[in-house]
Amino acid sequence: MNAIINQLADTIRTAAARRTPLCIRGGGSKDFYGGTPSGERLDVSGYHGIIEYEPSELVITARAGTPLSEIEDALRAKGQMLAFEPPHFGSTATLGGCVAAGLSGPRRAYTSAVRDSALGLRMLDGKGNDLRFGGRVMKNVAGFDVSRLMTGSLGTLGVILEVSLKVLPLPVAEATLQFEKNQDNTIAAVNAWAGLPLPISATAWCNGKLSLRLSGASAAVDAAIRKLGGERMDEGPAARFWVGIREHDEPYFRTPLPLWRLSIKSTTASMNLPGEQMMEWGGALRWLKSDTEAATIRAATQAAGGHATLFRGSDKNTGVFQPMSAAMLALHHHLKDTFDPMHIFNPGRLLG
Amino acid sequence: MIGYSRAIIPFPPVRVTRYSRGAPSFAYTVRMTVVTNIPIDAEKQREIVTSLAAFLPESALLFDREDVQPYECDALSAYRQIPMVVTLPETEDQVRRILETCHALRVPVVPRGAGTGLSGGALPLANGVLLSLARFMRIIAIDPLARTARLQPGVRNLAISEAARPYGLYYAPDPSSQLACSIGGNVAENSGGMHCLKYGLTVHNILKLRAYTITGELLEIGGDGLDSAGYDLLALLTGSEGLLAVITEVTVKLLPRPEGVQCILAAFDEVTKAGQAVANIIAAGIIPAGLELMDQLTTTAVEPFVNAGYPLDAAAILLCESDGNLEEVSEEITRMTSVLKASGATEIRVSQNEAERLRFWAGRKAAFPAAGRVSPDYYCMDGTIPKKALPRMLNAISELSRKYGLRCMNVFHAGDGNLHPLILYDANQPGQLEKTEQFGAEILKLSIDLGGTITGEHGVGVEKIDSMCLQFRSPELETFHAVKAAFDEQGLLNPGKAVPTLHRCAEFGRMHVHGGEKKFSELPRF
Repeated sequence: MNAIINQLADTIRTAAARRTPLCIRGGGSKDFYGGTPSGERLDVSGYHGIIEYEPSELVITARAGTPLSEIEDALRAKGQMLAFEPPHFGSTATLGGCVAAGLSGPRRAYTSAVRDSALGLRMLDGKGNDLRFGGRVMKNVAGFDVSRLMTGSLGTLGVILEVSLKVLPLPVAEATLQFEKNQDNTIAAVNAWAGLPLPISATAWCNGKLSLRLSGASAAVDAAIRKLGGERMDEGPAARFWVGIREHDEPYFRTPLPLWRLSIKSTTASMNLPGEQMMEWGGALRWLKSDTEAATIRAATQAAGGHATLFRGSDKNTGVFQPMSAAMLALHHHLKDTFDPMHIFNPGRLLG
Repeated sequence: MIGYSRAIIPFPPVRVTRYSRGAPSFAYTVRMTVVTNIPIDAEKQREIVTSLAAFLPESALLFDREDVQPYECDALSAYRQIPMVVTLPETEDQVRRILETCHALRVPVVPRGAGTGLSGGALPLANGVLLSLARFMRIIAIDPLARTARLQPGVRNLAISEAARPYGLYYAPDPSSQLACSIGGNVAENSGGMHCLKYGLTVHNILKLRAYTITGELLEIGGDGLDSAGYDLLALLTGSEGLLAVITEVTVKLLPRPEGVQCILAAFDEVTKAGQAVANIIAAGIIPAGLELMDQLTTTAVEPFVNAGYPLDAAAILLCESDGNLEEVSEEITRMTSVLKASGATEIRVSQNEAERLRFWAGRKAAFPAAGRVSPDYYCMDGTIPKKALPRMLNAISELSRKYGLRCMNVFHAGDGNLHPLILYDANQPGQLEKTEQFGAEILKLSIDLGGTITGEHGVGVEKIDSMCLQFRSPELETFHAVKAAFDEQGLLNPGKAVPTLHRCAEFGRMHVHGGEKKFSELPRF
């Protein structure tokens, strides 16, 4: 495995010397996300395998090329899970891609995000330096938190080699309840419920129907079912439903229209934007199928304290991510220069 | 050569001296501290005071010795330095102008919150301006439906939960100094507490920051949603120990107050059995709200002060707390009880009411002050190790205790492997201080060797800056310096803290060669 790292480091050094861009790639399942990938392919899928997994530590350490499904299978076998319920967006998804994309699934608003679970990582920077940050323990404040900086940076700062993630026990019990509600009633309800000690683990609202998942101790789930009412979904369909939300397999997501991801304040009233909306994360994540102008969508999202991402769409000419303030943009460029001085990693994927 | 390291003004050449901590828990009482103060350059002082007086009211600008003396240290009072100037701004605009002015004059700035930090992160500089955020005390807004609070950085940690209480909400991270420590400092240190295994650290519980760079530029980081565009600067700033930017506003998440809380006190006849029980609880799929370990030396020390009724014949006790709705708590308590029994607990008590639960905790919360009562001095460590290594670490500490002839109280956040061994010593006895430092250094070294870290929640500051040389190699340290330079090219914001220079590590390595391995062998020697 060291040979692979040496080879990757050599490729990076050569590319840096020649200033030839590299496109870091694990399974390619998230090629659609962010700016269009370009550059010579740097395949990291060969660096794979679980390095250490001790269930009583609540930590798993694995190489970046490890298939996400392999990680999840290993955890499930020991009654544990990734708390952020990551979307795979394809069977080839790898751990490295999951961390680099930083996308979390339905459980995000109630347990944690990819970045919350990232405890440490090993990476190669733009000079081919082999670096380790963070560690395999829950609490660690030695040094700047580069592990979380790398999470969601879409490979623009370096090549992730290994990652240590915090994991959680699988819930003992789970139940999904459904309610007929319009969007504004849903926003009011899910925010109010989130302020009560209820074991909510996911919400999804679409087409006048709210689905709400409870996860936790049996007694807690049973008590919440009694308190909230609604119609209980059967277990099999419920499990498939949440996978469908996570993987964008639900009918809502099958669309030729551009798909926008609006991450905003959870209590924002229904947004008056043309196009059909779907809502997750207790109101804090709204999907919008729309061919309305980007500027209109971005302005409305910014007013709601958040940011809009052109999640899926063929025309990325207007940019994928919400533009930043001049000060923030300058800082991003400084950080890019720090980690990747020759600008070889994933050009245009995150920063314009 | 790293841009900003050239500009670093070294902090006072003070080695760890002697200190102990008495009650209250966040205030140190200092014994026989040996401090050498670098004298203030009066001319430089006049220059900076004149510039700052152009926009700061008299009450916000201190420079007379008796006025600035109270700021000479934080809670790590073994390190002291009289600051050249102390500023106490009240508005963001004043903060911005202080930073702009200092940047223009190339004067270093040390930000300070409540000054309760345990690693000397707010230690002033003789040629620097101390920027206190103590007057930013306003709770700007609480949004009960969105479960957020917008706060000025000087708001006390506990005040957040008090203000949120009428809405059935609270702020989860609860460092033991929560009565006094401020949210701005919590962000700078990524503070933890007793409940972070279940509820996370500061980084997991904040949404948005307003912060100013040394050039006076405003950064709005994070957002009202759960993520933001671009790099995760929210995480990068959290725990950055005031080296990257000065925080002027924090938006935190609030959680629903649990319906019920109950605590188990379990006794063990061997410390390592208690350590194993911790691993067994986690392996059983339980994430307790709190999971703390105290050894016999600790229970014996605290009992006379708190009358908690601890079983003093036990080698160690565990406190295992469960919170949530009533049904959940009752189920979890039952499950934990059976795991603890199977792990060899000799006695199990479950709190029957709130008064009893608080009594269980009283001793844990009084552990530090109690150490100050049973010993003239003590030294507190903050390493974190993987839980599986707990028995090994406990055995090693008891061997080291014999080797050095010094007692060590073991108080752990056992659930997340964060250890606070308290080495008891008497600075008046010749050689004990040196032995204590060696004892501590061996514990930190072992923490790293066992796959852990030198600091779980107290920060590096000036106190553990040399140990950073053991945990990180030069390429990582260079990266830290470069990250710092990306925010602060000239190295003016809290220089000399948190990240050692390579030169310093080379010097340190020269004095401490571990296991025949020479660190920084690639560096030229000076």
